[in-house]
Amino acid sequence: MKRKLLMLAAVVMMMFPAVMCQAAARDYVSIVGSSTIYPFATVVAEQFGKSTKYKTPKIESTGSGGGLKLFASGIGVQHPDITNASRRIKKSEYEKCQKNGVKEVLEIKIGYDGIVVANSKKAPRLKLTRRDLFLALAQEVPNPKGGETLIENPYKTWKDVNPDLPAIKIRVLGPPPTSGTRDAFVELAMQGGAKTFSWLAALKKNDKNKFKAIAHTIREDGAYVEAGENDNLIVQKLEADRDSLGIFGFSFLDQNTDKVQGSWVDGVEPTFDNIAEGKYPVSRALYFYVKKAHIDVIPGMRGYLVEFTSEKAFGEEGYLGDRGLIPMPKAERNKYRKVAVELAPSLSAADFQ
Amino acid sequence: MSKRILEDSQTATEIVRAGLKRRYRAEKRFRIFGIAAIVISLLFLVILFADILGKGLPAFRQTHIRLSVFFDPDELSPGTLDSADFHGIVKKSCRTLFPEVAGRRRKKALYKLVSAGAPYEIRKMVVRNPSLIGTVKELWLPADDELDMLMKGAISRDPDGRFNVDQLAWIERLEDEGRLRKQFNFTFFTAGDSRDPELAGILGALSGTILTLLITLLLSFPIGVATAVYLEEFAKENRWSDFLEVNINNLAAVPSIIFGLLGLGVFINLFGLPRSAPLVGGLVLTLMTLPTIIIAGRAALKAVPPSIREAALGIGASPMQTVIHHVLPLAMPGMLTGTIIGMARALGETAPLLMIGMVAFIVDIPRSFSAPSTALPVQIYLWADSPERAFTEKTSAAIIVLLIFLICMNASAVYLRKKFERRW
Repeated sequence: MKRKLLMLAAVVMMMFPAVMCQAAARDYVSIVGSSTIYPFATVVAEQFGKSTKYKTPKIESTGSGGGLKLFASGIGVQHPDITNASRRIKKSEYEKCQKNGVKEVLEIKIGYDGIVVANSKKAPRLKLTRRDLFLALAQEVPNPKGGETLIENPYKTWKDVNPDLPAIKIRVLGPPPTSGTRDAFVELAMQGGAKTFSWLAALKKNDKNKFKAIAHTIREDGAYVEAGENDNLIVQKLEADRDSLGIFGFSFLDQNTDKVQGSWVDGVEPTFDNIAEGKYPVSRALYFYVKKAHIDVIPGMRGYLVEFTSEKAFGEEGYLGDRGLIPMPKAERNKYRKVAVELAPSLSAADFQ
Repeated sequence: MSKRILEDSQTATEIVRAGLKRRYRAEKRFRIFGIAAIVISLLFLVILFADILGKGLPAFRQTHIRLSVFFDPDELSPGTLDSADFHGIVKKSCRTLFPEVAGRRRKKALYKLVSAGAPYEIRKMVVRNPSLIGTVKELWLPADDELDMLMKGAISRDPDGRFNVDQLAWIERLEDEGRLRKQFNFTFFTAGDSRDPELAGILGALSGTILTLLITLLLSFPIGVATAVYLEEFAKENRWSDFLEVNINNLAAVPSIIFGLLGLGVFINLFGLPRSAPLVGGLVLTLMTLPTIIIAGRAALKAVPPSIREAALGIGASPMQTVIHHVLPLAMPGMLTGTIIGMARALGETAPLLMIGMVAFIVDIPRSFSAPSTALPVQIYLWADSPERAFTEKTSAAIIVLLIFLICMNASAVYLRKKFERRW
């Protein structure tokens, strides 16, 4: 009995290194990162897998921050090769890469994404400004009676915020704080709105943290409804309730133009062309980051980079455009294609000055 | 005196009688509440099923377009199939059907009606049968997901909507010529995930789930049964066994995401097992289902009458023989039920898989325990989150598949239990 047990234990012990050896080789590209880029990266991966002899890359949707954390954790097959980010890599994240041996990191910008404030097509289209959005959604707003004081957000309807807007109750469905879309919305729309108050703009220079606390805190009295990460659900809810507005990425507006319409922001309509030309104020750049040390170790990495940066993918008429990605101007496209083909230059500390 | 008693007893019966009515009413009310509760819960179940079936069943049929495809020998030669332009062949077929369409924009709108997967389908046919080259064939090719939605009525034929006036006119002509039809969606059962809804299938997630659950079953059943038998039949009652029991009961109630974190920390970071693999998923789910199996197993062992043990020991069986030959076979049906309940919970779990990287876009169908894979509930979650409209019905269809899988598992549990059950 005892001998049998010992044998069993020995077999189990032998199994573990065997399994680990299996992990030592990886024949597919492993990609992590932003859920905003996920719909684009997956299309490229699928296209790449179908048209080449390589396996289809595996893509996990971890969020930009989570992706960069995994990416920065080291070199080796157990770590991802590429991470997608709906914002630029931070200095602290770059330093973490350096510390963990991820010395050479390639930065590739793939295009732009607009964040839209949309409502049901059955309702009138709104013409908002960033100031309206800030006043309607911030926890504390400047006292409308004047003076440089903040009061609890008193606005109940859009008409209270701006007399030109209809008297509809403020009800905005948007992503929760964990979402990159929310980060970008707060940074681009709310902060932009807050800066239109001169004393708040002055505060930004003197006390950045306090300004951020004002501009980045969204009210919690029911006017802003956290609708989860599922943008489809927001679209469905907007269709059912014509008085609500929803916040989501441009690709979802693009796919549902028969149900919802994007509000104007600062006099600009959220269209493909306006975002591409940089006129629409609530838009951001999308990136992915590549570990140079993994190229030629993991099969298919070069091919994936070339596919992603080819004109038929992220170009003016490319298939990513059909999915809602806003392409960059030609010069910028050429610049990043060159990075992807020549695998240089890598990021350096000077890029964060 | 006796009169008094008589009067008293009369009033007593009156009181009882009056009370009786009230008691009957209360009884009736109580039953009505019970029935109402059942009706309400059944109603919700019916609504849920009706909603899922109503949304999901159309996904099992897919719109196809009939095109006459010319396998152009100039484009295709058996040696250079890899680099051949199959997209061009599909485009040419569209143009022969609508020769009047001119202009880049309008042509692009026309090509959009056919699925992006059509060229690959043609390619597969040519690779399988090179003698097709040089012939013209009428083929049913998958239509684009938006056209599919239009045919199913999910997108309206409004010229301001998803289709423009040109496209609507072409679609009408295709319909008149009988070139559009809905046929059984084989792709859904033979393909892995895809970003094109008409090419997306459930097989990748299904095989991921099967591989994961296989690992879970192979590990958790023997370990769970052994633990239950030892604790119930052999362990001495002391502070240690109490401590173990409390911990096992607590573990059964731990939220599943915690097991995911444990899996990430131990299996992936410490042991260096591959991310997103059914092996790690199975290990994590094993940890999660073990307490359930142990608790159910102990309950089943407790239910075996002590007389069986005493009789076996009395005629000279060793404690091990008693357990293996007599107690365990009688407890097995109960243990199987517990195992199936645990496995059913593991089947529906996404939270622990999130931490170990199984929530991912994976096209290739997993064929080994270390290949990257997802699971059925994860696939449902990913599809529910996709912008393309047609994924709504795919989501419900995947839920139907998951439910069928679950019903099969439960049915096998009921069958096994009925087969081995013993009554006293």
